[in-house]
Amino acid sequence: MTVPESAAVEAVDVERTYDLGGVTVPALRGVSFTVERAAYVAVVGPSGSGKSTLMHLLGGLDRPSAGTLRIDGRDVSSLTPAELAQLRNETIGFVFQSFHLLARTTALDNVALPLVYRGLSARERRARAREMLARVGLEHRVDHRPNQLSGGEQQRVAIARALVTEPTVLLADEPTGNLDTATGHAVMELLERLNAESNAALVLVTHDREVAARAKRRIHMRDGVIEADEGGAA
Amino acid sequence: MRLAEAWRVALDALRANRLRSGLTMLGMVIGVGAVVVLVALGTGTKNEVESQVEGLGANLMFVVPGKVDFNSAPTASPLDTSDLNAVIRTVGDRDRVTVSLTSGETVRAGRNSTFTTVLGVMETTPKVFVRTVHSGTYLARTDVDTGRRVAVLGSKTAHVLFGDREAVGRQITIAGVRFRVVGVFEPLGQSLGVDRDTEVHIPISTAQRLFGTNRIDAFAIKAPDAESVGPLGDRVLAELRKRHPDTEFSAVTQDQILGVLADILGVLTTVLAAIAGISLLVGGVGVSNIMLVSVRERTKEIGLRKAVGAKPRDIGVQFLLEAVLLTTIGGVLGMALGVAASLITAALSPVPATVTWWSLALAFGVSAGVGIIFGVVPAQRAGRLDPVVALRTE
Ligand SMILES: Nc1ncnc2c1ncn2[C@@H]1O[C@H](COP(=O)(O)OP(=O)(O)OP(=O)(O)O)[C@@H](O)[C@H]1O
Ligand SMILES: [Mg+2]
Repeated sequence: MTVPESAAVEAVDVERTYDLGGVTVPALRGVSFTVERAAYVAVVGPSGSGKSTLMHLLGGLDRPSAGTLRIDGRDVSSLTPAELAQLRNETIGFVFQSFHLLARTTALDNVALPLVYRGLSARERRARAREMLARVGLEHRVDHRPNQLSGGEQQRVAIARALVTEPTVLLADEPTGNLDTATGHAVMELLERLNAESNAALVLVTHDREVAARAKRRIHMRDGVIEADEGGAA
Repeated sequence: MRLAEAWRVALDALRANRLRSGLTMLGMVIGVGAVVVLVALGTGTKNEVESQVEGLGANLMFVVPGKVDFNSAPTASPLDTSDLNAVIRTVGDRDRVTVSLTSGETVRAGRNSTFTTVLGVMETTPKVFVRTVHSGTYLARTDVDTGRRVAVLGSKTAHVLFGDREAVGRQITIAGVRFRVVGVFEPLGQSLGVDRDTEVHIPISTAQRLFGTNRIDAFAIKAPDAESVGPLGDRVLAELRKRHPDTEFSAVTQDQILGVLADILGVLTTVLAAIAGISLLVGGVGVSNIMLVSVRERTKEIGLRKAVGAKPRDIGVQFLLEAVLLTTIGGVLGMALGVAASLITAALSPVPATVTWWSLALAFGVSAGVGIIFGVVPAQRAGRLDPVVALRTE
């Protein structure tokens, strides 16, 4: 699946407009950049500048209205919804601000969920999920349900779920937004450590200047365009 | 996603909302149960009627004056003993023909009496119909030829008149005239709503004299085999029409009686089952409704599943299975309820009920079908949800 030459994500003049009953609202107005494999990129910018919209596009949850977007070398515009779903399963890991864990489902089965859509056996799913939970330090919370976990623990479960498929890109949209400062720091450290240990590129939306400062590269968004791109390779 | 996994997810979803799932199933339980019960009652009644008609004997036909038509009044019979001799000649065998002349009369023995059906018949009756004598003998040819005052009693009439004492050899009076009991029938039960165990048989010649008539009401003829029933009937009708040009005659075969009864019962069963089917439809709409609620409630879950790689089809299948599981579990419970209700009805009332395998298979198929039909719209809706929108809903 992986083409070694290609960048993790490549965007060329990507636009995204929303149609609100005849009125077109531009959320992204021509965005071009490349995320290299295993990179660490922070996306910053004021509210409404298009950060989340960009993340959805990078993760193949949404498609550009214009321009070209390649994820792991594949042009998302040419893919059917089913192919896009498979691409997400194989190359993307999402971490959301509000965790999005399945209630009534144990930490272990939450982490194993992406593997369900790979057709792996329950035994193999669980084995991999257990291993991943150990890597985020939650081996003692395997059978806990989300409402039996702290916010920080829930987000670590979500991170384990995002990485259990060994994705090319890990997308985190304000992952510490719902956590207190200390817990947020711990989660950030975990994300940075996992980014350093694995081949997954980390693209992180944050409002926290300190966090942004630690990234090797910062993309500044404003009004749907990239205002500045510091520390980027290109 | 593996199918086994999809089943598990669907089952979990139902379990998470036990009360709601149960109430939704109830619609299916009642619908399927009603269909099973009504089909069982219809089938049971049909089987019973068929066995009663067939139990009369094989290859039978009844020849009566008049048109057999539910609208016309019975025709006064122009038939008499000379017609009987002509029919016997046409059939070619006295043993295959019997007659009836029927009247309601008071039958008395000592202080006991009963009002019942007295039939003037021939000694050939047990050769034409299935009719066995329990004690004594049936009427003899000489009884018919000489018009003897002898009688064979149905088992109930014998019991009413003589209690547990032996009836054979005793005296009774019919319409005030003395008769000797020569035999008592084996109990037979009902034929088409008529209690056969109260009948009293006397020779036709005696009956004509007793009732003051030369009339014969009807002929019953037993054909040698199934193929000859029709042609034989035509020949007998032709002979009778020749003898009575002004009168219409009809030959009714056992198959025709069965056919008419089966048609009536079939229509009845179908109408009842269709009415019960409407409750299945209502159940199905309930399932559809609940599935739409379920999709809306779990929009965020759908978004998350899509984000981690669920294809539209995976989501669609998951919800479709949930609907099918709802209706088939309801269907199986409904089948159990239907079978139980049928058995109880059959045990506690005279209404027969026969649960057939095909009706159960049909009920199961229909409940799965209802799940698919009424689950497909909610499932498609779930499958097509935009993941970004879905994740954002609260
Ligand atoms: N579904 C939608 N329909 C219409 N407009 C939308 C939709 N989603 C986003 N937008 C608009 O697109 C713009 C960018 O939104 P986006 O969520 O990407 O901002 P953001 O940078 O993530 O903001 P925040 O920091 O508050 O999360 C906003 O003006 C928003 O109103
Ligand atoms: Mg946002």
